[in-house]
Amino acid sequence: MNSQDHHCPPGKCKSTDGVTIGPVEQGPPCCVPHPLIRVQNLAVSYGKKRVLGDISLTINRGCVTALIGPSGCGKTSFLSSLNRLTDLIPGCRVEGEISLGSLDVRATKDVMALRRRVGMIFQKPNPFPLSIRKNIEMPLKEHGVRNRHERLEIIESVLQDVGLWDEVKDRLDASALSLSGGQQQRLCIARAIALRPEVLLLDEPCSALDPIASGVVEELLTSFRGRYTIVVVTHNLQQARRIADYAAFFWTAEGTGRLIEHGSGERIFEAPQQPLTIAYVNGKAG
Amino acid sequence: MVNATSSTDFHDSINQTSRFPNGFWAANKNALMTIAIWMIAASVSGLFLWILFDILTQGLPTVTWDFLTKAPRNAGREGGIGPIIISTIFVLGVAIAVSVPVGVGTAILLAEVTQAESVFASFVRRSLDVLAGVPSIVFGLFGNSFFCLYLGLGFSILSGGLTLACMVLPILIRATEEGIRSVPKEYRFGAAALGLSRSATLFRLVLPAAVPGIVVGLVLGIGRALAETAALIFTSGYVDRMPGSVFDSGRVLSVHIFDLSMNVAGGDRHAYGSALVLVMILFSINTIVTWIAHRWLQNRIITT
Repeated sequence: MNSQDHHCPPGKCKSTDGVTIGPVEQGPPCCVPHPLIRVQNLAVSYGKKRVLGDISLTINRGCVTALIGPSGCGKTSFLSSLNRLTDLIPGCRVEGEISLGSLDVRATKDVMALRRRVGMIFQKPNPFPLSIRKNIEMPLKEHGVRNRHERLEIIESVLQDVGLWDEVKDRLDASALSLSGGQQQRLCIARAIALRPEVLLLDEPCSALDPIASGVVEELLTSFRGRYTIVVVTHNLQQARRIADYAAFFWTAEGTGRLIEHGSGERIFEAPQQPLTIAYVNGKAG
Repeated sequence: MVNATSSTDFHDSINQTSRFPNGFWAANKNALMTIAIWMIAASVSGLFLWILFDILTQGLPTVTWDFLTKAPRNAGREGGIGPIIISTIFVLGVAIAVSVPVGVGTAILLAEVTQAESVFASFVRRSLDVLAGVPSIVFGLFGNSFFCLYLGLGFSILSGGLTLACMVLPILIRATEEGIRSVPKEYRFGAAALGLSRSATLFRLVLPAAVPGIVVGLVLGIGRALAETAALIFTSGYVDRMPGSVFDSGRVLSVHIFDLSMNVAGGDRHAYGSALVLVMILFSINTIVTWIAHRWLQNRIITT
């Protein structure tokens, strides 16, 4: 699939809603430049060390935003502050303003609900040591989906969405750890979208996968465009170029990660403005 | 540094030693080391087999259905050990019923709630290590003065079981804590990212994954509890009647063996029989615990 097909100018989209629930095919064909996440002057510190500073960024609804930049420039910290996973890291402090729609992410008391709206996929596939079915069913149960039939329907539909259903429908009760790496990652994506999130944060989702599995996940992300707001950290610039509607380039200056440039994918990859961005996307720095 | 002007003899001798350093020993070093290590391992297994053989040959003729079910007569020289087996199982049951919930709870507190480096956690952990090394006779005296006298439980199965629970706790807590800590942090991050509450993460993921650790602690603890004599003489007592409830005094197998072999002339035959029964009980309880845990894990498909 070509990202250009999806990158249509504002106003020409079939749906202006940006988010739809249901089979992937029903999603709007392109993203809507309508801000969903606003980040103002974000700074993240671990103990006394500031790893990320002065980040202001808007993430549009239904679009794929790629975060690029060298390792250690705070992309993962940025991602974790969006769903408050930074709470789990002792000594981690987040400053600045983050809003998700009308919700103040940093102030909200109901972190569980926030994380239900903002799903996250990790670099290393991390299915739980349970059966394939229970990996999806357990979070659903915990989030109050009491009806067993409803759960089974959701399980089937999300496994269909990630293209895993035909591969695993005969062994739903087998251990999730018996799946291959690529299948495990798709199971993790299915587990996340089973909770009907608005946003999916993906932290280098393909870097632990072989090229074929990586291609499958990439295609999946493309098919999610319009349906979920996707923020993906990637070191694969070709991949970022293919899937990103928007791209943000991070760089480390004196130990602190900074946002150097942010704009549409085309602009960042084809006509970057900042010298650092030019060097990085052309493979001359980082 | 080899001097360039040194004699050819010197060079020859160097070459000689490097080609055949130390002769026989060097040539067969690996083989000799292998034999030595095998012999050490064999002697350990041999010791175990010897003990087992001794108990089996001496004890097996004594162990009959009557021996297992009848009450002891003539200070244990005749009759059976029925009430003693029951007392043993009661004492062990009380110990497990008390130590597992308290132990797992404490382990959760140490591993999940407190930071690993916190003063409180390291104090608790240090105390447990000290407790694990305290001689059992000290536990016996403590159990006697606290459970029997202060709490007024007297010489009873309850006092004995509670004293054993105190002895088993340190082992159980440390093994469970290790089990909980060994759960990969990816699971915790994954669970948090799915919006699971802390308690759901603990009960649905972390504790099930820690079950192997809990089982190791339990098996070690049961071994220690069943072998215990000193602590129980002071707490659950000597009485060889069938216990009516946990408030009755009861004589456990290890105390019975001790009594027969030390205090009763001509009790050796029955001491051996009782020892064989004790070994069999220990073996079967450990097998059952491991098997149940294994089956349970298989049902949950936790394969680690």
